[in-house]
Amino acid sequence: MHVAHSCLLGLVLLTSLTHEVPTEESSGSPSKHLVNETRHHGSAHHLETDSRVLRVSSGRTQDEAVLHNSGNHESAHQPKNISEVAIVSFKWDHVQEPYVIVLWIFVAGMSKLVLELNHHVTSVIPESGLLILIGFVLGGIVWGADKAQTFTLTPTVFFFYLLPQIILDAGYFMPNKLFFSNMGAILIYAVIGTCWNAGAVGLSLWGCYEGGAMGNLDIGLLQFLLFGSLISAVDPVAVIAVFEEVHVNEVLFILVFGESLLNDGVTVVLYNVFDSFVSLGGPNIDAVEIIRGIISFFVVAFGGALVGVLFAVLLSLITRYTKNIQIIEAGFIFVLGYLSYLTAEMLSLSAILSITFCGVCCQKYINANMDERSVTTVRYVMKVFANGSETMIFVFLGVTAIDKAIWVWNTGFILLTLFFVLLYRFIGVFVLTWILNKNRLVPIELIDQVVMSYGGLRGAVAYGLAVMLDDKKITEKNLMISTTLIVIYFTVILQGVTMKPLVQWLKVKRAAETEIKLVEKVNNRAFDHILCAVEDICGRIGDKWWTRGWKRFERNYISWLLMKPKPRKSKDQLFGIFHKLNLEDAMNYITEGERRGSLAFLKKEDDVQVDFKKKFGTDVEDMMPDIMVDTEHSGTDHVPVISFMRDPVPSVSLDMHEQDLQGMRGGVDAHHLLQEHLYRSRKHHRHKYSRSNFSINQSEDEVQEIFQRTMRSRLESFKSTKMGVAPGKVITKHPQKERQQKVRGHPKNFLVFYLSATGKNPKSHCVKNKEFQIYLESPWSFVKSFKSNVFNFFLCLYHTSYRNVISLQMANGKPTDRSRSHPYGDEDFEFSASASASDSASGGEGATAGGYSFRTPYTVGAGIENPAFMPEMDTPPPMHAPPWLNQPETDGTVVASQRAQRRLPWTPSQIRRLAPLRVSTRSEDSFVMADILSPDVDPEDPQPRQDRSHK
Amino acid sequence: MGGLNSVPDDQRYRELADKTGFSLEQIGNLHNRFKQLSHNEDTLRRDDFSKIPDLACNPIRAEIIEAFFDKRNFQSHGVGTVEEIGFEEFLTIMSYFRPPSLNMSEEQREELRRIKLRFLFNMHDTDNDGTITLEEYRHVVEELLSRSGALGRETAKGIADAAMLEVASISMGHMEPDEFYEGITFEHFLKILKGIEIETRMHIRFLNVDTTVLCK
Repeated sequence: MHVAHSCLLGLVLLTSLTHEVPTEESSGSPSKHLVNETRHHGSAHHLETDSRVLRVSSGRTQDEAVLHNSGNHESAHQPKNISEVAIVSFKWDHVQEPYVIVLWIFVAGMSKLVLELNHHVTSVIPESGLLILIGFVLGGIVWGADKAQTFTLTPTVFFFYLLPQIILDAGYFMPNKLFFSNMGAILIYAVIGTCWNAGAVGLSLWGCYEGGAMGNLDIGLLQFLLFGSLISAVDPVAVIAVFEEVHVNEVLFILVFGESLLNDGVTVVLYNVFDSFVSLGGPNIDAVEIIRGIISFFVVAFGGALVGVLFAVLLSLITRYTKNIQIIEAGFIFVLGYLSYLTAEMLSLSAILSITFCGVCCQKYINANMDERSVTTVRYVMKVFANGSETMIFVFLGVTAIDKAIWVWNTGFILLTLFFVLLYRFIGVFVLTWILNKNRLVPIELIDQVVMSYGGLRGAVAYGLAVMLDDKKITEKNLMISTTLIVIYFTVILQGVTMKPLVQWLKVKRAAETEIKLVEKVNNRAFDHILCAVEDICGRIGDKWWTRGWKRFERNYISWLLMKPKPRKSKDQLFGIFHKLNLEDAMNYITEGERRGSLAFLKKEDDVQVDFKKKFGTDVEDMMPDIMVDTEHSGTDHVPVISFMRDPVPSVSLDMHEQDLQGMRGGVDAHHLLQEHLYRSRKHHRHKYSRSNFSINQSEDEVQEIFQRTMRSRLESFKSTKMGVAPGKVITKHPQKERQQKVRGHPKNFLVFYLSATGKNPKSHCVKNKEFQIYLESPWSFVKSFKSNVFNFFLCLYHTSYRNVISLQMANGKPTDRSRSHPYGDEDFEFSASASASDSASGGEGATAGGYSFRTPYTVGAGIENPAFMPEMDTPPPMHAPPWLNQPETDGTVVASQRAQRRLPWTPSQIRRLAPLRVSTRSEDSFVMADILSPDVDPEDPQPRQDRSHK
Repeated sequence: MGGLNSVPDDQRYRELADKTGFSLEQIGNLHNRFKQLSHNEDTLRRDDFSKIPDLACNPIRAEIIEAFFDKRNFQSHGVGTVEEIGFEEFLTIMSYFRPPSLNMSEEQREELRRIKLRFLFNMHDTDNDGTITLEEYRHVVEELLSRSGALGRETAKGIADAAMLEVASISMGHMEPDEFYEGITFEHFLKILKGIEIETRMHIRFLNVDTTVLCK
């Protein structure tokens, strides 16, 4: 109960509700008290009133004494006489335990929130230190309330519930290449360094004790060594917390971090060995026992790592087959990771090493095997867990300190420990680095060594081990705990605070804060091969040779076993980065568009994709064979890229968006557009309550309805254009001859809606291509006739600077439908609207541009092209990514290269010319006009919008 | 071509050591390897390189081998390629891959960096016009990716284009839409690889022990 109480007090504090801490709380019923606390943060008066309320509401009729008693665990669940049915009952004891736990978690989270409110403080004092300080305050409050510390960080909680996820997170996000290439150094620091620290600290303390520096203590040599082993471990939690804020260079980081991870394992092993020595007692230890200790050291360490690897293999294998339970596949890593920890613990192997290696080894395979969304989930959940428990650990470390019972002060012991810990850390690092540097091609520099030594922060692992000491065997247990706590506070708070200035002062090479760059990756890749080749040429079997051998083995056997075939084929790091950057770009692009509130901007995406289609025509066809049935018509798409590249005016416009956007800004009356066009989809009102399905519903009906609407409006607008109802056109500079581009669908396979808007000389208001056939009165009736789910509908846009062709193609799996849907019995079901667009920036370019045309495939679900609707449907970023983002994930082949497309060196001139055209995608008028006017100035905005909207 | 006599001569070695910075043992080892590769001839030809079995699976071996025959990489300021190289040229090329020495001043480091990057640059810039054009770059990327299975040429092109754009955006900043980015110049090359500590990475370990017996 006290725990609960203190908990609430913490809460109260955090919500900054000032209230006097009641001092005689123990007399009242805790449950009653709790309620009062929550409701009123109350004074004595409130306590009284509320207890009555409580009594009434809980339907109890007992007298005061019974109520008081009900606070006891025993009587809480069965009130003595129940004379009437309880309407509501208050069952604090029922929920007490989880409630308290959750409240503490909440408190820890809130303290972090409070901390982060002020950036000035966190930039000086590292967060971990601040959390400990907050812990002091919380602990003080608990102490003030309970007169004893009722909440401490117990080893069980720490080792079983708080530590594993942090280590798993560290392993999972481990930069593998860096880690393994520095593995030797890390192992030497972790194993030899830790043993050295443990031994040296233990022996020196013992020496000082014998010398009389600590007064009279009941500690023998073995106990000192045991203490030395628990105090020697550099703590990963503390190290990550501090070093993440400092941004040292990556080699230094991986050395400190890797060491801290691995030496935890070592420390635990050492601790166990010394612990058993202590149990044996000094005289019983002979050489055999020592040798057994050393053997057990290696068995425990490597055994733990092996268990981790085995679980990683299992995990990777499982994720190969989780396609059908995608929704829970992300959970496996947590479950199996934890299992690997527990298994190692069960076998008395090093659990920390086990879970570390589980994370390190599985990351590549599970990331490749799982769905991209699951991977994202894993990453986030991992971070939530790790960060959460890190916060809790630090807060609890602070809370724990406020306890008179554990504080035993011995100035000599404590100060000497601090001194030796620091001293031997420095000595150890310098000596080991000196040895390592003899063999390292890139030596570890002196200032790096200083930072490494100074970064030897101790943390909760040491504390956990100290608390686990058996006070029967070690009578000075409390002294050890308090010393450990002092060391932790000293290193985390003091060294943590001074770390940043030190790093700045020493001018330690910082990590270059650069975003990943494709060029760099390409160059790195080339590098590796070059170095490899040179090694081959000079005939040395060197590092690269081993790496390559391993890589080949890994690719041929391990990947074969653990990875799904598809990602195995397409998994390439370079490609992965390319893909990632593309995704990023696309997101930014859309976000930017949304920020500017322009929907038409987003519309432009398809035009960008047009390029893509053109450029990657062949690949896209591979990806969507069912849609691209009419390959014969996509002939223009196969224009070799080279010819494209040699566009007479190749150029780069890095700021292309900016320009397009300028042309667009203010031009698009989004509201109007929305009102006219937006199908207020039922999507918003109808959710699929499926546990295993996580997609936005796009039912067939809905899609068809949208389609109908779109078609109707389009047809209307088309008619108006045809009849000359459209608003007046502006004169073009270069009226040009037009070639009609005609797309004919293959009659056997599908129907082609063909709506082409082609050459019309606006000056003379004459439609040059009078090919204007409407075979179809009502496209929506046609659609209705489709019963099959599989109608693939997509839209092709043929855009060039002087041609604006829109063709809607419907690919239908059922040719039989055709006759029905097609009242005139024509072979080709086509409908072409000729409209304007003769203009071009320059005739010379026109000639080149004439050689090809653009084309956009649309494949969102049953792909409906609705200018207003599409953006709305497509934009919510990760969950429902636009088609050009989805395709590469599902098909594993070529990405719609948004990045490559967006600002290609040789496309901008085209794109720029096209830009105004995109302002209003189908409106020939605006097209004409905008093209004449500079894209920046767009005085006629309302017009095309109008025009478009009643299309 | 300044080939060596098959009998190693101390004086000659010492000259080379001064020139390239290798130790005498290293030069000895490399010479053994050289003879092994050239079948005791004085010169190496392209064929000799292509026969190295480990090299066979290197996707960009063509470029690498070409670098050995590129006059630009010998410190004689020539242009063009040669048909065969002697030991000195071989050693010169190898010296590009020497690790940096322990105590170097900032300028030396910068210089070393320039030299190493120049070597890389020349490898990309096949037509020696001072810029890595898009086509040249594409070619390299294609070769790089050629081993990785399903990724086709189109992807390679896409990646090359995107990378090129990145270079353009890094080195040119804002460009007018009609401007044309011709290719990566050496200055830009330096700039984009600023983040990579080339001087500490572009090296291999030259042993003082002879390992030629171990290799085919």
